Amino acid sequence: MGGAPPLSWHRFAEVFLNTAVMAKYLPDIVSGFFLTVGLAVLVVIAGIAAGLALALLRSLAIRPLTWLIVFVVDLFRALPPLVVIVLIYFGLPSAGLSPGAFGATWASLSLVLMAFAEEIFWAGITAVPKGQWEAARSTGLSFRQALGWVVLPQAIRLTVPPLTNRTIAITKGTALGSVVGLAEILSQAQSAVSFSFNPSPLLLGAGAYLVLFLPVVVLGRWIETRFAWKR
Amino acid sequence: MTHPSGSGAILEAHGLHKHFGALHVLKGVDLVVAERELVFIIGPSGSGKSTLLRCLNRLEDPSSGTVVVDGIDMLDRRTDINHARQRIGMVFQAFNLYPHMTALGNVTLALRKVAGKGRAEAEAIGRAALARVGLADRAEHTPGQLSGGQQQRVAIARAIALEPRVMLFDEPTSALDPELVGSVLEVMRALRESGMTMVVVSHEMGFARAAADRVVFIDHGLIVEQGKPAQVLGNPEHERTRAFIRQVARH
Repeated sequence: MGGAPPLSWHRFAEVFLNTAVMAKYLPDIVSGFFLTVGLAVLVVIAGIAAGLALALLRSLAIRPLTWLIVFVVDLFRALPPLVVIVLIYFGLPSAGLSPGAFGATWASLSLVLMAFAEEIFWAGITAVPKGQWEAARSTGLSFRQALGWVVLPQAIRLTVPPLTNRTIAITKGTALGSVVGLAEILSQAQSAVSFSFNPSPLLLGAGAYLVLFLPVVVLGRWIETRFAWKR
Repeated sequence: MTHPSGSGAILEAHGLHKHFGALHVLKGVDLVVAERELVFIIGPSGSGKSTLLRCLNRLEDPSSGTVVVDGIDMLDRRTDINHARQRIGMVFQAFNLYPHMTALGNVTLALRKVAGKGRAEAEAIGRAALARVGLADRAEHTPGQLSGGQQQRVAIARAIALEPRVMLFDEPTSALDPELVGSVLEVMRALRESGMTMVVVSHEMGFARAAADRVVFIDHGLIVEQGKPAQVLGNPEHERTRAFIRQVARH
């Protein structure tokens, strides 16, 4: 029975904290890090902008348009993000479009964030009392002016905390891109593991995620307290 | 009975009907208001008095009838309603100040965005309007930092800054603590003395007796009777008016 090596810190460190392996694959992780940052930024910009645009279109109260928006939003809120990525990555090429791993991951996460952001913005717009619209319109402001100057600033203030949380949750989904071969952090770490036969790069990858998202989470907490509504 | 004829009328509504689904809220109301007149509208809750007021600036679209303000047909599709609304100020029961702006910001928004004034000019007009309601020193306060009475006076300043020809008041003191009612009524009285034409929906019978030219009693979507305050409030013709006034007096 004496064959199994005894558990020891030395052995753990050699396997998971192998500095030689880490140093070798650090450039790959760093390149994955920057790709993840770029992807995350593009997802946040596209997802929130598209979500706000849909919420504004919905405020026009044109029935068929509203139904279409609600359908699309519910669709992307119901589908797991990974399913959307796989569908776009493997499905679109047969329709003659090749979005690539980056394009497919970006489009999928943006659509999912758009759907949740639309719901959050819409909830914010409807939470602003009707009297605000009436006061604005009674002074001669047009629908668009009332929306832009009176209702939206109040709505956005209400939406910042939930939107921050949702954005962080969806942006972490960039790791799902590894499934379609996107060379982001997780994917770089995994291939480093399979080349080096040592799991240390995974720890490095986890560290890279922390470097990226911990400040965002802290920022989100600060925004939440900063924007807590006081009347 | 003072019933102003067409020539001096600044506001004329005829045959106003309003349906909310199956609910028939206004059943053919005529209201003609002369320049500088203060018309006081009373009636039980649900009688249609607020709806009537909201039809006058088209916050509600009447189902049928006509509304002409300062010569402008408010219900004509070709009328620029946003432009026309500058001539009709409105004050709401719940103040409806914009909570994300200062008092001055509330007063200057429409001056800048609708009347097209530059920032400096809008702020000068806004400060003058705040001074008229006794709040010159509260220009930089946000609504949350003001009492209910002060908020309602800012709301009045927001409306009069646009120099409307008519002011509509929808229960302006109903949401206020009793000790704050006086300051708002005082501003309304000063406004009346400056010659503003006013249509006021309210239960402040003391104010009606002191300041109104005419009291209109509305019930079930129709004008039941109207006339001088002393007559309608003191010696009403109709049993329904008498019953309503007895009920209000009890509170």
